[in-house]
Amino acid sequence: MVIMTSQLIIILNKKFWFFDMKKQRARLMFLTVGAASLVGTALIAGILASLPTVAPAAEKNEVNLYSYRQPGLIKPFLDEFTKRTGIKVNVTVAEKGMLERLKAEGRNTPADMVLTTDIGRLSAIADAEMLRPVKSEVLERNIPAHYRDPKGVWFGLSVRARVLFVSKDRVRPGEITSYEQLTDPKWRGRICTRSGKHVYNISMLAAVIAEKGEAEAQKWAAGVRENLARKPQGNDRAQAKAIAEGVCDVAIANTYYMALMTTNKKSPEQQKWAAATRVVFPDLNGHGTHVNISGAAVTEHAKHPANAVKLLEFLSEDFAQQMYADQNFEYPVKAGVPLNDLVASWGKFKPSTLEISKVAKFRPLASRIMDRVQFNK
Amino acid sequence: MAIPVATIVILAMSSSDDIWAHLLSTVLPEYVMSTIGLMVGVAIGTVIIGVGTAWLVSTRDFPARRIFEWALLLPLAMPGYVIAFVYTDTLEFAGPVQGALRELFGWSSPRDYWFPEIRSLGGAIAMLSLVLYPYIYLTARTAFLEQSVTLLEAGRSLGRGPWRNFLTLAVPMARPAIIVGLTLAMMETLNDFGTVDFFAVSTMTAGIFDVWFNMNSIAGAAQIATLMLLFVVVLIVAERWGRRRQRFHQSGARVGHRPLRPLSGSNRYLAFLACFLPLALGFIYPAAVLTNMAFGEASSDALDGFFSAAANSLTLSGLAAVFAVAIALFLGYGMRLYPNRVLAVAGRFSSLGYAVPGAVLAIGVITPLAWLDNSVDGFARSYLGISTGLILSGTIVAVTFGYVTRFLALSLGAVETGLGRITPNIDGAARTLGHSPLSVLRRIHIPMMRGSILIAVILVFVDGMKELPMTLILRPFNFETLATQVQQFAKAEQFADAAPGALAIVAVGILPVILLSRVIPTRRQ
Repeated sequence: MVIMTSQLIIILNKKFWFFDMKKQRARLMFLTVGAASLVGTALIAGILASLPTVAPAAEKNEVNLYSYRQPGLIKPFLDEFTKRTGIKVNVTVAEKGMLERLKAEGRNTPADMVLTTDIGRLSAIADAEMLRPVKSEVLERNIPAHYRDPKGVWFGLSVRARVLFVSKDRVRPGEITSYEQLTDPKWRGRICTRSGKHVYNISMLAAVIAEKGEAEAQKWAAGVRENLARKPQGNDRAQAKAIAEGVCDVAIANTYYMALMTTNKKSPEQQKWAAATRVVFPDLNGHGTHVNISGAAVTEHAKHPANAVKLLEFLSEDFAQQMYADQNFEYPVKAGVPLNDLVASWGKFKPSTLEISKVAKFRPLASRIMDRVQFNK
Repeated sequence: MAIPVATIVILAMSSSDDIWAHLLSTVLPEYVMSTIGLMVGVAIGTVIIGVGTAWLVSTRDFPARRIFEWALLLPLAMPGYVIAFVYTDTLEFAGPVQGALRELFGWSSPRDYWFPEIRSLGGAIAMLSLVLYPYIYLTARTAFLEQSVTLLEAGRSLGRGPWRNFLTLAVPMARPAIIVGLTLAMMETLNDFGTVDFFAVSTMTAGIFDVWFNMNSIAGAAQIATLMLLFVVVLIVAERWGRRRQRFHQSGARVGHRPLRPLSGSNRYLAFLACFLPLALGFIYPAAVLTNMAFGEASSDALDGFFSAAANSLTLSGLAAVFAVAIALFLGYGMRLYPNRVLAVAGRFSSLGYAVPGAVLAIGVITPLAWLDNSVDGFARSYLGISTGLILSGTIVAVTFGYVTRFLALSLGAVETGLGRITPNIDGAARTLGHSPLSVLRRIHIPMMRGSILIAVILVFVDGMKELPMTLILRPFNFETLATQVQQFAKAEQFADAAPGALAIVAVGILPVILLSRVIPTRRQ
């Protein structure tokens, strides 16, 4: 292979650069030997550099993070963590395939911690038994019991409510107050949402299943589909935009998008979309508004578990929680951390008391129901 | 090289419960229909644009022909997800086009008038056709340039008009080359997720990710992927069977230096327009929009880590290009030397990786690599008492390996076309004169197919620059490429900040394209 490569380089060189044809053979030898020794050196150096003994050594001053969350949103937290503790945080971000990578890497995985934006991913990793339970008084004090795993396998760090954005002009206050009302024929051709297969909508439907059972949930999904103004598409902001444009009157969306649009200085048109709509916190079965969590957990084969727990605790404390509230416009899990003013201005709401891990169990079923009712067609 | 694809097939063999019964009774028919619709649409679109423009610039003379020769390749550098975004912005309700129409006719709400919905199957076909036609343009043009002029002259002298000559002689003679380009375009259509997801088209690719993440079944996802592979295999086999008795070597009789046929009057401008439209829609307009954003609205965040990301992109794409072409030469030449079935099947099989969505193929890469690492580690632990950890997984080696498996189809296709056009008589003659196979390859084949090899290098390089899903999963810690940066900004909906990266991907893609245009023969010989 190396010979072929070198030859190819020679051919290319001959065409583009000054190149003495007579020296071809010498050059070939040189390149081959050079390439081979380079590869060899690199391999040996790599192996030597990464050779820990089997006995657990003292933890290096770092922690390795597999993140489902985009780096822009987490970087401020992590920078502050490093500043305070001197522990360096290495990150790799991907939304697809993290779980498979963890599984494949097995006991040698470099990942100490995973960070996700929804309970679905978190519980999938937990179900695959890739996580270790953590016992920490700090975490137990900061995070209410229904936002963390009973055995301490995963921890919720922020709460995200899936609500309705309604048109200020065309929907009267109090006209819609529950998820159930979305199937009312009066909303025929007036509802917008993103793909029924998006994690947020799947989680929402899973919550409906948990509350009302499979048959009722399917009826509900079919009813919502019946009322859609257009084929599900775009992201949550696109739904607010559709309301501003008059395509529909009610949209299903996560709250923080409203704040991101309202405060968007780079694209002022988004402020207009936000201005055309109002947030409604709908109720589900008398138990409150559907919420999801973003969360984190320590991996089973973590090489820096103590550092990982430190990071986890840091994320549950006031400083990080305040950032979740002010930068990401989410609801902090820690009691007593004030909401962002804009978020607070939409009013108080009652987050669903459903156990979040129970909801996650119904996600595969929710996905099937979306198929059965042809939600996206 | 065949291992990642094989891994997916093996994954597909584990149980996925009753997912298929569920899919069959619900959404599978729609998945299959939109996949077929998308493929047929893109096939028609790319063949018409690609073959048509290739024919015009290789045989006719008209204004700006010399520029079109290379410029028609430019849309190749434009990622599908980027162009999809640009056109949605332009053509949706709030965009400038509909805005101007409303202004003009006094409409106010979308309920007042009809406008084609860009987020649709038709939209996806248009977007993919615009960025994928260069594959066919490239291979068809090489074929047209190498076609025996005498044969075409004979056709004309026997009274055929230019259209008939083109359709009954030139195109059938170029068929293997066109098919190579078309196969690549089709495989890329199948593996595309970004565009169809953005346009809310439910293809089988969308189905893969749904089953994988919402139903938590990687086995089910691998099964759909395998089904798609079968789809591709059937198409390829059917095409080969269709021309099983034909051989397409060029005869030695070439007439030196034949002038291009000048076009008269209005035809000159029609030809100009036919070449200008795909270029303008597929490259100039989207590039202009990106440039405008990059210089107008991007914030300083956009340049954070830009240069290290660019360096990573260049390194990875360069490594992938060199290895993918070297391996393709090895495989292609091996198949020529020892035409046995095993090698042919192995080569064909490994190149199927291109038809699999990148994220799925990445699982096919990480699984065997990590297994290898863990085996070495297990060995070292039990015999040497030390842990070697993961040597390859999560390193640049893993990413390069992923790229090479993914893009082998590109290099193998180009190399095979190049080799196929060299008659075996030449090999025979050289071997009789006492040259070893390696020496024949080096002294005769590689020089003769220099154009094809460079095409292979450039295709892999440009596609490597755009690669996103595999990079995300396989990369080391704290490692960004231009494509991952673009994605990161786009995810956060800071499209303006995504523009510089997207523009850089395009710009870096242009350089090799221009290089290429200097190397492939610009005239018929």
